[in-house]
Amino acid sequence: MHVARTHAIALLGLDGTVVDIEADISNNLPGFVLIGLPDLALGQARERVRAAAANAGCPITHRKLTINLSPAALPKHGTAFDLGIAMAALAADRVVPADSVDRVIHLGELALDGRLRPTPGILPSVLAAARSGYRTVLVPAGNAAEAGLVDGIEIVGVTSVRDAAIWHGAALDPIEVEPLLLPPVALESARDEGDLADVAGNRDAVEALQVAAAGGHHLFLLGPPGAGKTMLASRLPGILPDLQVEAALEVSSLRSLSGLAVGERLLTRPPIEAPHHTASPAAIVGGGSGVLRPGAAARAAHGVLFLDEAPEFSPHALDALRQPLESGVITISRAAGSARFPGRFQLVLAANPCPCGNAGSRDQECLCTPFAQRRYLGRLSGPLLDRVDIRLRVERITAAQLRAAGDGGRVSSATARGRVERARALARARLRATPWLVNADVPGTWLRSPAGVPERGATAVLDRALERGGITMRGYDRVLRMAWTLADLDDAPRPDAGHVGRALLLRRAAA
Amino acid sequence: MAAKDELGRRGERIAERALTGRGYEILDRNWRCPEGEIDLVARDGEALVFIEVKTRSSTRYGHPFEAITPGKLSRLRRLAAAWLAARGPVPGARRLRIDAIGVLAPRGAPASIEHLEGIF
Repeated sequence: MHVARTHAIALLGLDGTVVDIEADISNNLPGFVLIGLPDLALGQARERVRAAAANAGCPITHRKLTINLSPAALPKHGTAFDLGIAMAALAADRVVPADSVDRVIHLGELALDGRLRPTPGILPSVLAAARSGYRTVLVPAGNAAEAGLVDGIEIVGVTSVRDAAIWHGAALDPIEVEPLLLPPVALESARDEGDLADVAGNRDAVEALQVAAAGGHHLFLLGPPGAGKTMLASRLPGILPDLQVEAALEVSSLRSLSGLAVGERLLTRPPIEAPHHTASPAAIVGGGSGVLRPGAAARAAHGVLFLDEAPEFSPHALDALRQPLESGVITISRAAGSARFPGRFQLVLAANPCPCGNAGSRDQECLCTPFAQRRYLGRLSGPLLDRVDIRLRVERITAAQLRAAGDGGRVSSATARGRVERARALARARLRATPWLVNADVPGTWLRSPAGVPERGATAVLDRALERGGITMRGYDRVLRMAWTLADLDDAPRPDAGHVGRALLLRRAAA
Repeated sequence: MAAKDELGRRGERIAERALTGRGYEILDRNWRCPEGEIDLVARDGEALVFIEVKTRSSTRYGHPFEAITPGKLSRLRRLAAAWLAARGPVPGARRLRIDAIGVLAPRGAPASIEHLEGIF
């Protein structure tokens, strides 16, 4: 019986499923049949595998070869199955031992000269292999470092088909070949996000940024052009705490899935994504017809999604964010299946107050009609803004303010990150017994439970605002959440009247 | 005669020897009709076998079997029918079969042959 079996991983989003690759050689004219719902790129594996194996000096059979990818009903895409197909074919031909091939997961795309190319999606695939209980994975040498980020599984980096066959025990002499690698990138230093200390004046905004970071609150910056909205937003990832291992693996997996270099260490800094305002809904949340790819929101998971000129985005693109903001998970459904991507990001919206940008500013006159003004910010839908806790008005700094600010009182990113980490630790300890991690996650019921109420009498100013109709009940809860974050930043056991008052200001500062 | 035709004849002789050695009774060789040529027709027990012989001096341009395309295979089937129509039934043969024989005959070295039975 000329049959052999090995294994690979089919990815749908970040979720991987183990796929059996079965090879059968029958006594018939040369032929190569690939079955089991391959997409176009995978179907072309036939030509790649045949050429690569021949050029690596271990040609596949001259009989009829049938490759079955099982479970046959699961759609499979991409080129990472090449190595597995080649190994199954060689094992069915008794060139490599079938029992060795059966124990291992193979991942990697083949070049026609028989070498292995760095392949997208290796990290999530290796994670899936480890979770499925496999002990060994063969990956392209160019992805070995990335695959090595996963603990508890043996990673074997191979440079060519021949190399892989020899590892399995084929009686072949090794031939040295230059491994194919991804271009090296400096991952952390490539992102020049600047320091918080660069921000002159704008003390309120700097404070609000720290509140946003400490409590995980979404942030809306409203102000005229030149007020420093983009500058502030780009400094938010710098003051967020380092990523936990679990989150870091997800961030690196999404990079891997997007075909970006992952590097030898886990990325521990939160990512920032700033899509252009012409982005389509699919570019924001992810999509694609055959292969479901992550969008900007998924790549921003555990980091910051910055939408500059937010009213200029298409309403569809913005409203596509409502579901991830609600559930923390992005689900993309297409005919090919549904993919889930992580979607717990911190949203930062920036907008001009009107089309000309000068509405409400002290130094320049607004030229827009009241109707144009209303319509401009009206493009941000209520349900979306409802999820944004902090709404801050940012003003242009005058020369006098700049002189007054001087260099004193500036907060560096390192200092701010320290404060944020201490505040988050306090919140984590308080919310230990609950499923929530940061103050922004906490629901209203908790805020009114004994554990969540502020100091007695602290909410007087808030209660008055509610009675006068200045804020809604939903807004009331939001103010309380921010008051908790302010209390955490001050190392106070419970929010007092001062915290609630400042929280009310952060909420009402704009629109 | 061109070198490639000479190589082909040599391959067919090698194939024929191998078949007679295995008890095949050769009924016809290089049978031609307007549609083409059958290399060998033989009887293997109860089976009437039509055989396509492909010869190569090296595998540089592929294995001999890779030269047998689906088009050639369907022509071989039509030729088998034409041979039967021309010659009438063969006594004792109850089944039809189409085989391929690949001969690898490097210059100045012993040839190796591969035999695929029942290709369709």
